[in-house]
Amino acid sequence: MAGARELAEPDLPAAAAGPARHQAVVFALMVAAFVVAPFVVYPVFLMKALCFALFACAFNLLIGYGGLLSFGHAAYLGSAGYISAHAAKVWGWPPELAIVAGTLGAAGLGLVIGALAIRRQGIYFAMITLALAQMLYFFCLQAPFTGGEDGIQAVPRGMLFGVIDLRNTLPMYFTVLAIFLAGFLLVYRTIHSPFGQVLKAIRENEPRALSLGYGADHYKLIAFVLSAALSGLAGGTKAIVFQLASLTDVHWSMSGEVVLMTLLGGLGTVFGPVVGAVIVIGLETYLAQLGAWVTVVQGAIFVICVLAFRRGVVGELARFLKKPL
Amino acid sequence: MILGIPPQALFGQLLIGLINGSFYAMLSLGLSVIFGLLNIINFTHGAQYMMGAFVAYFLLQGVGLGYWWALLLAPIAVGILGVIMERVMLRRLYSLDHLYGLLLTFGLGLIIQGLFRNRFGSSGLPYAIPSQLTGGRNLGFMVLPNYRAWVIVFSLAICLATWFVIERTKLGSYLRAATENPALVQAFGVNVPRMITLTYGFGVALAAVAGVLAAPIYQVNPLMGADLIIVVFAVVVIGGMGSIMGSIVTGFGLGLIEGLTKVFYPEASNTVIFVIMALVLLVKPAGLFGRAQ
Repeated sequence: MAGARELAEPDLPAAAAGPARHQAVVFALMVAAFVVAPFVVYPVFLMKALCFALFACAFNLLIGYGGLLSFGHAAYLGSAGYISAHAAKVWGWPPELAIVAGTLGAAGLGLVIGALAIRRQGIYFAMITLALAQMLYFFCLQAPFTGGEDGIQAVPRGMLFGVIDLRNTLPMYFTVLAIFLAGFLLVYRTIHSPFGQVLKAIRENEPRALSLGYGADHYKLIAFVLSAALSGLAGGTKAIVFQLASLTDVHWSMSGEVVLMTLLGGLGTVFGPVVGAVIVIGLETYLAQLGAWVTVVQGAIFVICVLAFRRGVVGELARFLKKPL
Repeated sequence: MILGIPPQALFGQLLIGLINGSFYAMLSLGLSVIFGLLNIINFTHGAQYMMGAFVAYFLLQGVGLGYWWALLLAPIAVGILGVIMERVMLRRLYSLDHLYGLLLTFGLGLIIQGLFRNRFGSSGLPYAIPSQLTGGRNLGFMVLPNYRAWVIVFSLAICLATWFVIERTKLGSYLRAATENPALVQAFGVNVPRMITLTYGFGVALAAVAGVLAAPIYQVNPLMGADLIIVVFAVVVIGGMGSIMGSIVTGFGLGLIEGLTKVFYPEASNTVIFVIMALVLLVKPAGLFGRAQ
């Protein structure tokens, strides 16, 4: 595909295997910021931002390193939300098991949709993932256990491992932070592993990767399932935090939102999705009373990013500092 | 009774299926033509379809020009907007990955739909059927509303005319040649950039025509194109974007299948096209009429 390189790479030598020191510093700063933040900023907002940051990191694994634009990632976020909410509320499962159930459910869904979608490339891949996600949306609209337009409400947060009461805000916050950091480090490890290098090779030149003996479809599918599972982890956590699973999270506009976060933060950067998610969720929180203007603002950010700001916030920063972030 | 279904219900749903099919055909045709030359999937297509319906509404409310004028003026107006979009924005993306075109047009669609929703809310605005096409005729087995018959005949005519221009005229042969190898066609002295602009305008105008046709049937609603475009994407994947006639046949065919599903298994009527898409991907990944890349 001509110009595929332009999609994600911020004109920098990708960090070779092994963490670079400055990335460790930035990571420590990020952790410190998130540890202090709940004492300064409204914690519910932060938990929402963390869930979406994990979601965006999962999405970035596919687009930024695999070159695969999935336009249906809401399917995994939303379906995991439904599964976790149902497990916690109807079956009375503890929160950790409910979230694991949601994650596994999303991984299974990712396996099915991924296996279909990787049969086509580029633009078709985006359209297929979008269409299959829309199919899941209609399924969730009609299926009896999702509660239709109402969703699943009043999901109990429960006791984490039977000892930590998640009804209190701070324990819930640090649980979400731990889940986010685990997901973030898994993504980081993945993209800096030999697996991640092969994934990038496939993005750059699929026929050549094939000729070198790497089964491209195999790698793409694993990346897809991993991304779906991590999106499911975000969705399941989100359902427990907000005690709600609803149609919003399976709708195509949610799929668009995660693309927006990743694009704004910087495609193919390690920290970009986190920055993008915090900015977008912040914007939405402040603009919430403006109604449909939120959509207009989101659209405008898309247009500006694509026309003039393709590296995103972190990508531009990385270029300025001449270090990959 | 046919297969345990009253014939009125069966033919009624088949008619609705054909109507939906004509919109699928016109919209997927526009997408195919645009994709062929620009290599961009036009995510704004749904919003442009909606704008076609709104231009018809504005013409009636503001200037008093009726349906027939709208059928002529709406595609021109929306087409001109499309030409401006291509000149100002899309043009900058041709050297980049195709996915940026998708993201840009998705953003533009959000902006347009958001602006219309701010101004007109989410509920539909009524648009009357033109007086010449009210009423219906009794075919013996069902009553066929005149306007619906008109929609099917007119959209079929538009589709076939598009096919004729692209596959059978000199202009169309330039277009097909530029799809294959733009640099070579430009070397022969054809103004390819202008052709690309006009092609985008034409594809967008097709969406606007569909919007005007839809206005009396579905009401005029800022979000009328938002969900429809996703179904059209599935139609495009099923048909494959390689062939003009393929788009037309797939569009009408899937509309009919959707109508039949409404009769025999209504729960699946929303999802049947997506299920077919999944099956086609399993059997023939390039699409029914597509060429393997």
